[in-house]
Amino acid sequence: MCGIISVVDRAGNRMDGSKIKHALSLMDERGSGEGAGYAAYGVYPEYADCYALHIFFDNIVETKGVVEALLRTWGTVVHDEEIPTYEQPNLKKIHTPWRYFFKPDVALMSGTSSPEEDIVTYLVMKVNTTVPGALIYSSGKNIGVFKAAGWPEDVADFYRIQDYEGYIWLAHNRYPTNTKGWWGGAHPFNLLDWSVIHNGEITSYGTNRRYIESFGYKCTMFTDTEVVAYLVDLLARKHGLDEEMAVRALAPPFWDEIDVMPEKEATLNRAIRLTYGSAMMNGPFAIVVANHDGIVGFTDRIKLRPLIAAEKGDRLYISSEEAAIRRMEPELDRVWMPRAGEPVIGRVY
Amino acid sequence: MANGSVPLRYRISIDRDRCMECGRCVENCPYGTFRWEGDRIVVDSRNCTACHRCIAMCPRDAITLTEHPCDYRTHPVWTRDARESIYNQAKTGKIILAGMGNASPLPPIFDRLLLDACQVTNPSIDPLREPMELRTYIGKKPSRLSFKRGEGGEVELQTELSPNLKLDTPIMIGHMSYGAISLNAQLALAKGAHEAGTFLGTGEGGMHPAIFPYQENMIVQVASGRFGVDVDYLNRGAAIEIKIGQGAKPGIGGHLPGEKVCADVSCTRMIPLGSDAISPAPHHDIYSIEDLAQLVRSLKEATEWKKPVFVKIAAVHNVAAIAAGIARSSADAVVVDGFRGGTGAAPKVFRDHVGIPIEAAVSAVDQKLRAQGVRNEISVIASGGITNAADVTKTIALGADAVYIGTAALVAMGCRVCGNCYRGLCPWGIATQRPDLVARLNPEVQAEHVANLIHAWTMEVSELMGAAGINAIESLRGNRDRLRGYMLDEGMLKVLDVKPVGA
Repeated sequence: MCGIISVVDRAGNRMDGSKIKHALSLMDERGSGEGAGYAAYGVYPEYADCYALHIFFDNIVETKGVVEALLRTWGTVVHDEEIPTYEQPNLKKIHTPWRYFFKPDVALMSGTSSPEEDIVTYLVMKVNTTVPGALIYSSGKNIGVFKAAGWPEDVADFYRIQDYEGYIWLAHNRYPTNTKGWWGGAHPFNLLDWSVIHNGEITSYGTNRRYIESFGYKCTMFTDTEVVAYLVDLLARKHGLDEEMAVRALAPPFWDEIDVMPEKEATLNRAIRLTYGSAMMNGPFAIVVANHDGIVGFTDRIKLRPLIAAEKGDRLYISSEEAAIRRMEPELDRVWMPRAGEPVIGRVY
Repeated sequence: MANGSVPLRYRISIDRDRCMECGRCVENCPYGTFRWEGDRIVVDSRNCTACHRCIAMCPRDAITLTEHPCDYRTHPVWTRDARESIYNQAKTGKIILAGMGNASPLPPIFDRLLLDACQVTNPSIDPLREPMELRTYIGKKPSRLSFKRGEGGEVELQTELSPNLKLDTPIMIGHMSYGAISLNAQLALAKGAHEAGTFLGTGEGGMHPAIFPYQENMIVQVASGRFGVDVDYLNRGAAIEIKIGQGAKPGIGGHLPGEKVCADVSCTRMIPLGSDAISPAPHHDIYSIEDLAQLVRSLKEATEWKKPVFVKIAAVHNVAAIAAGIARSSADAVVVDGFRGGTGAAPKVFRDHVGIPIEAAVSAVDQKLRAQGVRNEISVIASGGITNAADVTKTIALGADAVYIGTAALVAMGCRVCGNCYRGLCPWGIATQRPDLVARLNPEVQAEHVANLIHAWTMEVSELMGAAGINAIESLRGNRDRLRGYMLDEGMLKVLDVKPVGA
């Protein structure tokens, strides 16, 4: 199951987290109280040029020093602090969330056109695979992921989500199956500028994982969702596909549809399927992917998970349920059901 | 004093109460097992090969075959086969020839791999109600695409794709030459492949004019003897395959005896009538990987870069590194032929002892190509010992793009896997050039059987994919998470990159 909701203000106006907390809590039927999370874009304007690394430490005695030594090796920590939390009756601080505002030293990474991102990606993979008791779960500029194992309202209150303001929000209410309800397994998943919320199960995970790992990504979080973040990073950032083409690669049209397209369009779609066949995602899913330019929502090719979209003024909403959207905005200009595989794109102007 | 004869391998008996003395067994057995003595049919069981032709043709079910009616004293090391090979070689001083695939009783890895299905958390997909895509493209794919937005915002593709073969099913038919098999057999396979929307290899035997109507479904082979190769032949094929090796006999060449080189075979192969057609062990213009790359390019130049070029190798120990080398040439596909692959004739010692299983070879090749970032450069076609649709599905889940079947297609045409192909007397009209035997195989009827088999397996693969919640074959390819190993040791699981059952 799982419930998802996302909103973008296309004019870039920031919203605090109080409304999305209510919207997500409305979908508690879709969760099990073992994981919830929020991601917001535009939350750290004072450190907008730094990578905001959110890290769970199992304890801050042993592992924190190891991680900090790595960060200092690769760049400068401009500021760091414990992320403020407020324990709830049902949500105790099992991990200590910490945030580092980090500037990578580009001189240290050669042989790439994107040294900053590559250093941060390297650090995320390195820490998550080799430093037990530390997990970097948020690593973008001016982006914050806030998640834990608990009900949406408890997680929101634990972080006081209403204290953060962002122009894009993603939220997820989890019913875990693949992994126990651990904090790292909650959504959203984030890497650099990309965040993902996902309802479903990716039956092509083995293919996708083998494909993405051949490009140097490492799947470390024991869940199929992180592979989506890496696929989007590969297609959009490294290969330069725009949102529409990236979604086309991940959930392409059927051959029967391609065969009756005009020649030029058919050639394009055939090329996508041939080239990115191993990136195609199969199985039931509804996904919202965000970066600082906006959000994209889409489902699997036969829409085995619900997805609904709505607009009100500059705001575009994508969710599992219309009721959740109306909890944020009762009066909507337009509500629609996207077709299977068809992307809903909300781009900041 | 001579050693005398070995015990009978098969005993044929006729139930005289049932027999109506129609003589069909006498007419049908080319090995001389049955003969008339007066008005009575007598049997010489020693000539029997267990081809079952007599049993299949007897209208009264009067014939019974018993295997090993009189056996040797059992012994774990000195098996019947070990002893008889020695008697044979003591008498002849020669290499033992054998037909069909590896006959040693090693357990197939396929049977120890189990497939997955969906329950609750994801719905299985019913192929009768939902689209299920098995279309497969064989050939080089770019590792990435470039697009440009036109003035009106429309997307323009800037990457040009290499020619690929389009298959309606991931099941292809491997190379069996005219010469090794009869023209009727090859014609039936070609028609069957055409009906099933797939492809068939010519083998190293040229292309007979009777096959021309199906040339769009043919992959023409260039092997070390270069038999039948000219530019017209290359241009007729949908793709070209360079044969380096064969799973049944890695490291050695081939030999078509002169008796099989009739007028038609001699024309098609472009060799003198009645001469032995000997394919050398190596290609004498390929002594290294860069020589292979040159031949690939030469063939592409000869056909104006319009045809995909495949390279077929036997699954040997270092298969993964060899495949990675091939991926760096201009080749579009590598065919990996496992040690269970069939053959018309191979030295028994090779057939049973050289090479590795296709399951391990495909896993190693796919892994190596991915590790080196060249998996998209080349398609992987796997062959050798694929006996059913589950084997096809497992091979693709291990990382192959498509499979070649050989023996299975022959079995669809009546072959009983008796293993006497090299004698040229195939009672089913398959591995023979004797006109009366060839005439037994009706190409129309057998084409339908071949097409039926491919359709049936394709449907089964669809069902297995649907049950696993997968509706496109791309999502099955290399999806080893949907396999589990049962009673495989840890080392094997590691090579296959498959978890054990329960994990």
